[in-house]
Amino acid sequence: MSNIDFDVAHLLAGSLVLVSFLQLYQDRLYALLNIYALHALVLAASVAWQAFVQDAPHLYVTALIALVFKAIVIPVALHRIIVRLGIHREIEKVVGVGPAMLAGIGLVALSMVVMLRVTHEADPLAREDLAFALSVVLLGLLMMITRRNAVSQVVGFMSLENGLVLAATGAKGMPLVVEISIAFSVLIAFIVIGIFLFRIRERFDTVDVQVLDRFRGDRR
Amino acid sequence: MTIAGVTFNPIAGVLLIPAIAAALLALLPAYRVTARLNVLATALTFTCAVSLLFSRPQPNAYLLLDDLNGTFIVLTTFVGFTTSIFSASYISHELDVGRLTPPFVRFYHAMYQVLMFAMNLALVANNIGLMWVAIELATLTTVLMVGIYRTHEALEAAWKYFILGSVGIALALFGTILVYMAARPVVGEGLDAMVWSVLVARASAFDPALLDVAFVFLLLGYGTKVGLAPLHAWLPDAHAEGPTPISAVLSGLLLNVALYALLRFKMLMAANAGALAPGPLMVTLGLLSLVFAAFMLYRRRDIKRLFAYSSIEHMGIITFAFGMGGPLANFAGLLHMTMHSLTKSAIFFAVGHVAQVKGTQRIADMGGLTETHPVLGWGLILGVVAIAGLPPLGIFMSEFLVVSSTFARAPLLALILVFGILVGLAALFLRLNGIAFGEPKGPTGKVEASYVPMFAHLTIVLVAGVYMPPALVAWFQNVAGLLG
Repeated sequence: MSNIDFDVAHLLAGSLVLVSFLQLYQDRLYALLNIYALHALVLAASVAWQAFVQDAPHLYVTALIALVFKAIVIPVALHRIIVRLGIHREIEKVVGVGPAMLAGIGLVALSMVVMLRVTHEADPLAREDLAFALSVVLLGLLMMITRRNAVSQVVGFMSLENGLVLAATGAKGMPLVVEISIAFSVLIAFIVIGIFLFRIRERFDTVDVQVLDRFRGDRR
Repeated sequence: MTIAGVTFNPIAGVLLIPAIAAALLALLPAYRVTARLNVLATALTFTCAVSLLFSRPQPNAYLLLDDLNGTFIVLTTFVGFTTSIFSASYISHELDVGRLTPPFVRFYHAMYQVLMFAMNLALVANNIGLMWVAIELATLTTVLMVGIYRTHEALEAAWKYFILGSVGIALALFGTILVYMAARPVVGEGLDAMVWSVLVARASAFDPALLDVAFVFLLLGYGTKVGLAPLHAWLPDAHAEGPTPISAVLSGLLLNVALYALLRFKMLMAANAGALAPGPLMVTLGLLSLVFAAFMLYRRRDIKRLFAYSSIEHMGIITFAFGMGGPLANFAGLLHMTMHSLTKSAIFFAVGHVAQVKGTQRIADMGGLTETHPVLGWGLILGVVAIAGLPPLGIFMSEFLVVSSTFARAPLLALILVFGILVGLAALFLRLNGIAFGEPKGPTGKVEASYVPMFAHLTIVLVAGVYMPPALVAWFQNVAGLLG
């Protein structure tokens, strides 16, 4: 593998981690969705580059799915939901920006330490990719727990899935079954979530999960 | 197998019957027909599953059948079948009182079959990617079913289940990718590196460090679906707020399917000498779940939540037994899993009717059930006696085996185990006393229950506790040997 291949792949995967950090401190839903679209865009570029480097044309399909569904369809649809629900105001965060960013840095360091240590036998491209992918997954998880709003938790979950796609494409020659399944699962997840959001709206006029969380442990 | 000149593949039957039934049930509007069709489809699936024990198709890159998943499939389809009988009477009552409307019942029946399809697919999958997809499908289906009543609590439960379940599933996928990464240098690129039977044959050459990390992700991911503490938060809500047949299927089956996935990866780890031993991790999580859930049983006020925590307790015992490993502990774990599935679903059948009669799930509003509804009341008592692990029922025997095999190897762990079981037992009887005896409380209307599934399960559990046929013992011993 030539050096430039490696560098570009590295750059794109690293950018994905960076965009994950951008997501962490967004406090408006619209901005968050735009950043998510950017996240998906970087993912699409990264997957396409992997397809080119690995000479694996089926990965272009995955890149296309990321581009069309994740970067365009889902953000647009969520935009509409937000408008319809009238919740484009600020996002309530459980944790402030500072601690969240620090925790994020810690998680990235953790994933580097874990993944680089265990994968020294794998080829360098795959191992750095995996380390970045784990960072994106962990940052997605962090976002899910630092947000109260249902829509931003969903965005956190979707960026987590982006990390999984990055990992799957980094693993050279992984069968297509899995990539398609990931794309499908995002779609299904989105449908499910859509239904949920509408039901929640219908019943309680809120998508703030904290209001949903009225009952802790045993009710009544 | 060839019947009447037509070649018949039972694996296809186990997968196609639920798939076709799901499509049919989604199209047919009349609920009396669809409830029967649901029963018929699950009965056919069960027949196919039993025939799998006799004719075994060759494994291919996607599907595999061995003694281990054969056992799981027969259990899954059997409980699926009996639950569909219970479900028919349960749903007709829900329609009568207007908690569900016909369109939702249609949706419910279709989803029931999709769930059966997904669980069977997860069990027969030879490809670890396919297994993951199937478990994800099962999760999404149950999320929809849990939220079907659309009450505030049901939506909260479904949302919580969805978020926690998805995170678990995502972690499991990351683990699956790591297993592929570990296999790729040895097996080569492509499909083969995700085929479980190939992986296990060549696991000894995999990079142990990578496998270790993969297993931790898989344990956390699928462990969330098993309901192991501290990853169990979704489980009580999902059980309490969904329709009771779904609680029965969740407790009795879906938790087992997730555990099955974990066992497959445990076998993979065991095949690699350099890899971390998965046993101690599973033992720790199992004991933690057991003791935690046993104490949580005391403060439950909702009857379905009570038995949901009891499921966490028992999944803890089962995970503990498999974590200990060895022929005897594996045997005990398998037996306990079977007995728990049968007993817990029987209890939920009883609880479903009790909650319908009383119009509430609050334990404080129930009382004197043995006076007002003797059959239901005594059925519930028998179920709780069984689940608490009293002789002569089947769970006593399996718990006894778990404890005695542990005493021989790690007495200290056995003490914790016995402590947890006893704490749980006391809590269950404390609650049962209020429900079954004393002043009758709440409505005492007649119940249109189908007792057959409940007593069928309890009879099997009773018989198994008194006398296990040697053929069955040999079968379980054989499967326990496979698990290593």
